[in-house]
Amino acid sequence: MSESKMNYGEYNSPDEHGHFGPYGGIFVGETLMPALDELNRKYAELKADPAFWAEFDYDLKHYVGRPSPLYFAERLTNKLGGARVFLKREDLNHTGAHKVNNTIGQALLAKAMGKTRIIAETGAGQHGVASATVAARLGLECHVYMGVEDIQRQSANVYRMKMLGANVVGVDSGSRTLKDAMNEALRDWATNVDNTYYIIGTVAGPHPYPMLVRDFQSVIGREAREQCIELTGRLPDTLVACVGGGSNAIGLFYPFIPDESVAMVGVEAGGHGLETGEHAAPLCTGQPGVLHGNRTYLMNDENGQILDTHSISAGLDYPGVGPEHSWLKDLHRATYTSVTDDETLEAFRMLTRVEGIMPALETSHAIAWVMKEAPKLPRDHIIIVNLSGRGDKDMHTVAQIEGMTL
Amino acid sequence: MSRIAGCFEQLKGQGRKALIPYLTAGDPNLETTLSLMHALVANGADIIELGFPFTDPTSDGPVIQRAVERALANNTSLKGVLETVTRFREENETTPVVLMGYLNPVECMGYQKFTDAAVTAGVDGVLIVDMPPEESHDLEEIIHKTALDGIFLVAPTTSDSRVGYICKQSSGYVYYVSLKGVTGAGNLDIESVKENLARVGANTDLPVGVGFGIKDARSARQISEIADAVVVGSALINKIAELDASKHYSREELQTHIALIKEMRDAMDA
Repeated sequence: MSESKMNYGEYNSPDEHGHFGPYGGIFVGETLMPALDELNRKYAELKADPAFWAEFDYDLKHYVGRPSPLYFAERLTNKLGGARVFLKREDLNHTGAHKVNNTIGQALLAKAMGKTRIIAETGAGQHGVASATVAARLGLECHVYMGVEDIQRQSANVYRMKMLGANVVGVDSGSRTLKDAMNEALRDWATNVDNTYYIIGTVAGPHPYPMLVRDFQSVIGREAREQCIELTGRLPDTLVACVGGGSNAIGLFYPFIPDESVAMVGVEAGGHGLETGEHAAPLCTGQPGVLHGNRTYLMNDENGQILDTHSISAGLDYPGVGPEHSWLKDLHRATYTSVTDDETLEAFRMLTRVEGIMPALETSHAIAWVMKEAPKLPRDHIIIVNLSGRGDKDMHTVAQIEGMTL
Repeated sequence: MSRIAGCFEQLKGQGRKALIPYLTAGDPNLETTLSLMHALVANGADIIELGFPFTDPTSDGPVIQRAVERALANNTSLKGVLETVTRFREENETTPVVLMGYLNPVECMGYQKFTDAAVTAGVDGVLIVDMPPEESHDLEEIIHKTALDGIFLVAPTTSDSRVGYICKQSSGYVYYVSLKGVTGAGNLDIESVKENLARVGANTDLPVGVGFGIKDARSARQISEIADAVVVGSALINKIAELDASKHYSREELQTHIALIKEMRDAMDA
């Protein structure tokens, strides 16, 4: 299918082998292949079972607190003086971010597969907390891998995980961030594959993870679509979300893919600026390669070695991105851009002061894009921002930057 | 006949099993790697698995992870590793060399360029750890036009039907991963390896090598009694880790330093 002729109403990725165009797939050592096959078959079975989705919906409503509101940020809109800005309030979910939508779904899978042990990787700690939360609720053993650098900058979440009964394992190899935590989780899984369920926190990893995490997170976009029509009588014009691995972005985007009038913008972590090389923006600067089980845009050097990344936000500090984003980029169905650490901090402060909503530093990337672009757009333009998480976990980082000790 | 097939045929005629050491190229530097390759052959290695480093070796345990970090610290590239094979071939035209590693450096170089360079350098086989047969079509299509063997892994978790599928894709030999886990882990369960080798053997006439968890002369001997080849990695890397990157070692010195390989050889031939 040629790119320009793509009929998005027929968008049907991934194929049965997990390919989004040339991206995705399954690139793991043989030990894990049968486990992925088992997961794939179980998910296919449950996906066709209305009872599974009924249980998922029940948990999202009564345990997570969905639907999350679509909030018209009137003061922010007036201050920016352009497009109308709506915030999809994923920060109001139980545990404080969109991550729990996915862990609720995968916990149901783990239960159905009879697994007794949960493992997860985490960067900002939000996915770790959401995994520890569902593990506590099901009475399952939980081990969360986290880079030692992230353990330092997200200490509040580390303590939350411990309170929830999880074992937080510090990862001291490589760049000591999310990428290395994922390496270690994959090693654990290969070692304990019989009794262990690996809850991947983003739309990356080997098939079927990018697909199933997307399916669980798509509740964001489905709700937002209905809410927008209810509030404004029509579809939005632009969707904006931050992109690290890309789960909150795909969750918002996916249900809108057939709506060709709706633009989608993913905001990557520009760190100190793309020109410095110190960032985490593979879609803006990288090229396709293979990491963590899938083919996708990556940040690597001329020899194919993965580069160290930098972002003020631990959750975006990752050299790869979910394969479906790579495909949407190549199809020109979504566009990807970046904002710097400084712009992010400014957005963090502004949303907090103007709307009384303190966003996570990850989320603040999407807000920073809105601050730059909304003023250029007319009043009848509707932007929906995925307010993917709350910022309490980042107090330590922000205070440190402002020279304060908490 | 490929160099690998020839090697196994010769060993079969002698009633012996293959000893296949794995080392990470560039640890502690490529100069020493070249000398180590010759020292391995002198100590009785039949085939050499030469690992090219990748920043994120998700199938490897801490021992090989650290070896990779040391190799990358001196900027070892896939190109440099191929040059080392070229230099090895200047003196040794008989010992098969299998390149082993992760896919991204190969993707980055380009499949065709990689294959051409490997053939020119005198490489005999390619084993990409994170490229299962399902995802290997594009690379294998190019490799199959050459004399290179494409080697794949079978694991304890692999189902019977999959074993057949993997064996059909393989040439040279089949690599059986002896345990669930990463390299350098755990203890061998010889009985379980034996059962699984029977499953592999039922699907292929290719020789089968066993790796993961073989750490001394005794375990090498045990595996050689039930498999066609014994692969040793982490135990050898532990010895290499003791070397000083700033020092020049003669082949004789290295031969003595990695006497472990000689001990394994002797135990296997006894």
